[in-house]
Amino acid sequence: MSDKLNFHYDVDGENFTSAGQASVSVKKNLRQLGVDAEIIRRISIAMYEGEINMVIHAGGGVADVEVDDTGVIIILSDKGPGIADVELAMQEGYSTAPDGVRSLGFGAGMGLPNMKRYTDEMIVDSVVGEGTTITMKVNF
Amino acid sequence: MTVNELLTVDGFEAVTVPDGDREMNGCYIGDLLSWVMGRAKADNAWITIMSNINIVAVASLADVACIILAEGVEVDSSVRETAEAKDVNILSTKLPAYETAVLLNKVIL
Repeated sequence: MSDKLNFHYDVDGENFTSAGQASVSVKKNLRQLGVDAEIIRRISIAMYEGEINMVIHAGGGVADVEVDDTGVIIILSDKGPGIADVELAMQEGYSTAPDGVRSLGFGAGMGLPNMKRYTDEMIVDSVVGEGTTITMKVNF
Repeated sequence: MTVNELLTVDGFEAVTVPDGDREMNGCYIGDLLSWVMGRAKADNAWITIMSNINIVAVASLADVACIILAEGVEVDSSVRETAEAKDVNILSTKLPAYETAVLLNKVIL
C-alpha cells in the first residue's frame, strides 16, 4: 500500500449499544488490508476504549484513522469536560465514570491504561472545559 | 479444541455459534470489560456473567474464540442476533465460572 488511507467516524455520545461501531469497522478494513491479527487486535481494543471514553465522558466525538506502510494513527477528539489530571487518569483503577456505566461492565479505570498498553505511542492533549484529543500510533 | 467440539461436552449449550470451527487455547474469566480487553488473549474462551450487548463488541475486538455465559445467565435476542451477525460465538452453561474453567481445563488440554 503506497498511499495513505483515511477513515473518519462520528462517535454517537448517547448510545452504549452502538459504541464500538467505528472500532469494528476499522478492524474489518485492516483485515482486508492483510494486517497481522495481533496488531489488528491491539488497534481495535485501543480504539474501542477511546470510543467508550468519549461516550461515557464527552457526549461523543470524532475518530480519524490513518493507515500507511508504517502503521496506523488514530486520532480521537471530543469537546467533553477535559481531563484535569492526566497522570492520575492513566493509573489503572482510577475512574470518574458514573455508577450506571459500571453496571454495564465499564468504568473499571482501565480504559486509558489499555490504550497505552496496546499502542506504541500515545499523546493525550486535554484542556479542562474544552475537550480532549488523543493521538495513538501502532507501528507495523 | 474447537468451539463445536466443546458443545459436545455435557454442560455447554449453544446460544449462537456462527464460527464453530474456531480453536480455543485457554480461558479468561472476567466481567469488567476493560479488564477482559487488557488481559484476555486472542483465542481464549471468555467466561462471564455480563450479558449486555457490549460483550459482543468486546469479544470481537479482543478476538476471543467464544463467550461462555456462566451461572445460566441469559441474553436478549438482540445480543444473540448481533453476535450472529458479527461472527461471535456465545455458549451458555449452568455452572459457575470457576467450575466452568475447571471443566474447560479438563477438556481443552
